[in-house]
Amino acid sequence: MSVAFDPAEKFAEYAHPERLVSTEWLAERLGEPGLVVVESDEDVLLYEIGHIPGAVKIDWHTELNDPVVRDYLSGEQFAALLGSKGIARDSTVVIYGDKNNWWAAYALWVFTLFGHEDVRLLDGGRDLWIAEGRELTTAPAEVTPVEYPVVERDDTVVRAFKEDVLAHLGKPLIDVRSPEEYSGERTTAPAYPEEGALRAGHIPTAASVPWARAAASDGTFRPRAELDAIYRDEVGLEDDDEIVAYCRIGERSSHTWFVLTHLLGFEQVRNYDGSWTEWGSAVRVPIVTGEARGELPAR
Amino acid sequence: MDDTALPDRLAETRDDFLALEVKDRLQLLLEFSNELPELPERYADHPELLERVEECQSPVYLFVEVDDGRVHLHATAPRESPTTRGFASILVQGLDGLTPQKVLDVPADYPQSLGLGQAVSPLRVRGMTGMLARIKRQVAERGA
Repeated sequence: MSVAFDPAEKFAEYAHPERLVSTEWLAERLGEPGLVVVESDEDVLLYEIGHIPGAVKIDWHTELNDPVVRDYLSGEQFAALLGSKGIARDSTVVIYGDKNNWWAAYALWVFTLFGHEDVRLLDGGRDLWIAEGRELTTAPAEVTPVEYPVVERDDTVVRAFKEDVLAHLGKPLIDVRSPEEYSGERTTAPAYPEEGALRAGHIPTAASVPWARAAASDGTFRPRAELDAIYRDEVGLEDDDEIVAYCRIGERSSHTWFVLTHLLGFEQVRNYDGSWTEWGSAVRVPIVTGEARGELPAR
Repeated sequence: MDDTALPDRLAETRDDFLALEVKDRLQLLLEFSNELPELPERYADHPELLERVEECQSPVYLFVEVDDGRVHLHATAPRESPTTRGFASILVQGLDGLTPQKVLDVPADYPQSLGLGQAVSPLRVRGMTGMLARIKRQVAERGA
């Protein structure tokens, strides 16, 4: 049971307008049958100090990752998680969060691994909702658990592993980290904790496009023309390109994956979630330091 | 972790966390978050005194005073960073009023003993480890 799409003019310019909803659209539809609103934040307690009425919380650290292996949930675990949040396979899921929807986009990407069809982002996320003075509550959502089918995760379409990236070298790569991480001055985002990588720099030939460039100052996505100017004109991406995006652990690059796939319509975009914490510690993979993209290593 | 070095209040806090189910530990952390005292006014006008904790994802600043042989710890973090505020509050409540040596003796892995790895994630707990290390360094600099 899918909830009608947001017909906003701004979204119509994007390749897949059905992937976004506006704060206004959401405010008018809270509580509508078939709609589940999900908050996904960097700060694990942010939901508790106030969230959109009826929204459930999904935490990327503690709920989307396997607790032991560095991997995402299995089909069984994902089914149990979504069922417990009251999300059915045919639910319309609208995800929002802090920091320009950084973690919300990550959650959306994980939902995509399991082929959840109707999953959308709230344009502007948590900050815009609050800035507009819209309603918040601290009352936890009342959830009626439902059955979610066990669907095997598909890692072949939107996810890239290290071996895939090695084979991909020569095709477009987007490094969405900060300029300091790209050049090799540091291995972690400014003001973020060290997550452990033994080498600094970037994957040879990767273009540097910090993820937040896709966001306007109010946290909404930039209009289509501005996004085209960045990713097509500046970086040189073309329609049929196969593209891999990466960051440090795959969360910031989920945001860029969303932009390239759903807003700009590139059809073969993968997110390398191993990202720099894997690449920067792997043995004998090529690395480039400095501001230039660098040359492909001889093979 | 060597328990003998742990100040009473920090030991109590740890026991309180460990007595709870994992899910309820978040609620306790939220309570701590709400209890973080406002910065005294004399520091509000002197942001240069406050040291930023780079290990934390959210902006959190702290400042240590040693007065009459007692440590006084001040910390501030935005309302939108409740986890970070909670970590700071645990340390403010647990360390304020202790002697410098007592603070220096707090085991560096105290944050890992609170049972928050599962509830909050080990990565986030590292922010608290960074705070504790910076507090100890400031105490040492101010003449333990």
